[in-house]
Amino acid sequence: MSQSAVYEELASRSYEELARDFNWSVAERELDYKPGDPINIGWMCSDRICRLGMAGKAALHWEDFRGNEQQLTFNDLRLLSNTFARFICDLGVGAGERVCLFMDRIPELYIGFLGILKTGAVAQPLYSAFGDESLLVRLENAGTAAIVTQKKHLQKVRKILDRLPELRNVIVVDADAGKLQQREIALDLFALPRVKDFPVYPTVAESPSVLHYTSGTTGQPKGAQHVHYSIISQYLTAKWVLDLRPDDIYWCNADPGWVTGTSYGIIGPWSNGITQAVLDCGFNAERWYDFIEKLGVNVWYSAPTAIRLLMKEGLEVVQRHNLSSLRHLASVGEPLNAEAVIWSEQAFGMPFHDTFWQTETGCIVITNFPGMPVKPGSMGRSFPGITATVLNTKTYEPITETGVAGLIALRPGWPSQVRGYWKNETGYKAKFKNGWYLCGDRASIDPDGYFWFMGRDDDVINTGGHLVGPFEIESALLEHPAVHESAAVAKPDPVNMEVVKAFVTLKRGYSPSDDLELEIMNHIRKRLSPLAMPQEIEFVDSLPKTRSGKIVRRVLRCKEFNEPVGDLSTIMDD
Amino acid sequence: MDEMNRVVRDYIVREYLEEGDDREITDTTPLITGGIVDSFSMVSLKRFLEKKYQIRIPDADATPDAFDTVQGIVALVQRFRTAAPVGV
Repeated sequence: MSQSAVYEELASRSYEELARDFNWSVAERELDYKPGDPINIGWMCSDRICRLGMAGKAALHWEDFRGNEQQLTFNDLRLLSNTFARFICDLGVGAGERVCLFMDRIPELYIGFLGILKTGAVAQPLYSAFGDESLLVRLENAGTAAIVTQKKHLQKVRKILDRLPELRNVIVVDADAGKLQQREIALDLFALPRVKDFPVYPTVAESPSVLHYTSGTTGQPKGAQHVHYSIISQYLTAKWVLDLRPDDIYWCNADPGWVTGTSYGIIGPWSNGITQAVLDCGFNAERWYDFIEKLGVNVWYSAPTAIRLLMKEGLEVVQRHNLSSLRHLASVGEPLNAEAVIWSEQAFGMPFHDTFWQTETGCIVITNFPGMPVKPGSMGRSFPGITATVLNTKTYEPITETGVAGLIALRPGWPSQVRGYWKNETGYKAKFKNGWYLCGDRASIDPDGYFWFMGRDDDVINTGGHLVGPFEIESALLEHPAVHESAAVAKPDPVNMEVVKAFVTLKRGYSPSDDLELEIMNHIRKRLSPLAMPQEIEFVDSLPKTRSGKIVRRVLRCKEFNEPVGDLSTIMDD
Repeated sequence: MDEMNRVVRDYIVREYLEEGDDREITDTTPLITGGIVDSFSMVSLKRFLEKKYQIRIPDADATPDAFDTVQGIVALVQRFRTAAPVGV
């Protein structure tokens, strides 16, 4: 059967048909993988595609905000990732060591990701807008051996270098060699002779591949440890859920500093041999539509925050562009509201399909499947091969009645499931109850099996599709000389779903003022990240606490959401 | 006007560029599309402008497009400076 016939056949099968006989071995067969064989994501996404006769096919169309462009074929990707792999091997980076990618969305980031995996080392991508404290916490925890960065981010690394004895190499991809300091080395990847043959490390299914950090309610961020076998899920979900087809141009808005940017901004499309487009440019509706029109993007994977910003810009700017190349739209990050789905039907003639998953799941687990009727505002149904349910919050038993809220839970065992939290076994074990993996979100299920999101089950703040932990923010707030006590909670926001709001009591000698509020906001932005910056600070005389003195964020959060506070019997009277 | 451009430019260099980042910020440097200021950081920049120039910029007008250059920001501030001052 020809490739296009395979896709036609796939498209003709309903969700029910695909789900009925599902087995992940379908992906193993398509990737020509047999259990026990070596499996390496870096090789699978480049060398393997070349061997399938697609060496000359475009792998990457890259463009930045200035209009600079670069195109790479799959053969370029193979050779350049070999070159990168050789470079870090020569520096002494070994299999299993963590190598951090701390860059904007430039080609070296995508190539470096594959290169690291080819050496058997673990890729640790971090969002380049992180401040020095966020960076320190994650590098320290991972015991990172090398970091790859750009000149513009180098100062943040230099600030913390003394506190990272395990970090042996700081690799700068755009440096003037003369200006580098100890432990720093320049890498002009495109100027190096391309390495034709690199002995790819024989990683196996359970070999560690990617370490992504995610936030929880308590403690510092946790490093979610993934393995090379995760490609099985990422390959198949990219093909089935994102409806990727051989001649497609695919655009994923996500930054590889977050899991969407690696699972579906690198591994999913490239393991399918798909050409992907990358635009290293902040939000600008006109520019984004220009990009879709110019490249003829067919499949677009975006985020609710971006979609709501596009809605604000209106339909007129859409109508000025020819966006007829678009065939399938999907969204991830936080729940996609019904208005955004309806708007996208007006604007693009098709709905955005909401998908639900998280750093720990490694792949899409609940989704509006292509061809399945979209119920605006719903998360969709579980992906074939994923057993999803909602659990009673006390018994952790599945709720059998429809429309009743419970904890979203998944039966463990899909290929890209997180294998552990780095150096945090207790935190990892706490994610499982009664044989189920708990996502930390609440939802209900309707009679057709569609999930409807209801909110987080903890104090984690989901802002613009990114999870921010209150503990990290509160710790950084306490570093400010004026702050005595603090609590960080979610506040509803029409664009970002939630934003951070901080409640602060001041030390003696400090008074609330606009100047102080701005100073504290900027302090958090620089120390942690713009995402973690409170968009509002409320100065209060005291914070609600239990009798044992623990701050009760729930009370503050409920106030922001106009929700009933519930049992207050354990709260101390002031 | 030129003075306001300078104040805004200086604030962006001081608050949004890392120490050692030698990128030049001109009146037309792309700030949002160029990744110097993102949509989250825009909130603190807006707060600075409101405080400094004693104005209120409605959220509907604080768009990424309006904040993309120093020139655009200054035009926005001027627009609201000529409107009623805060509290009136």
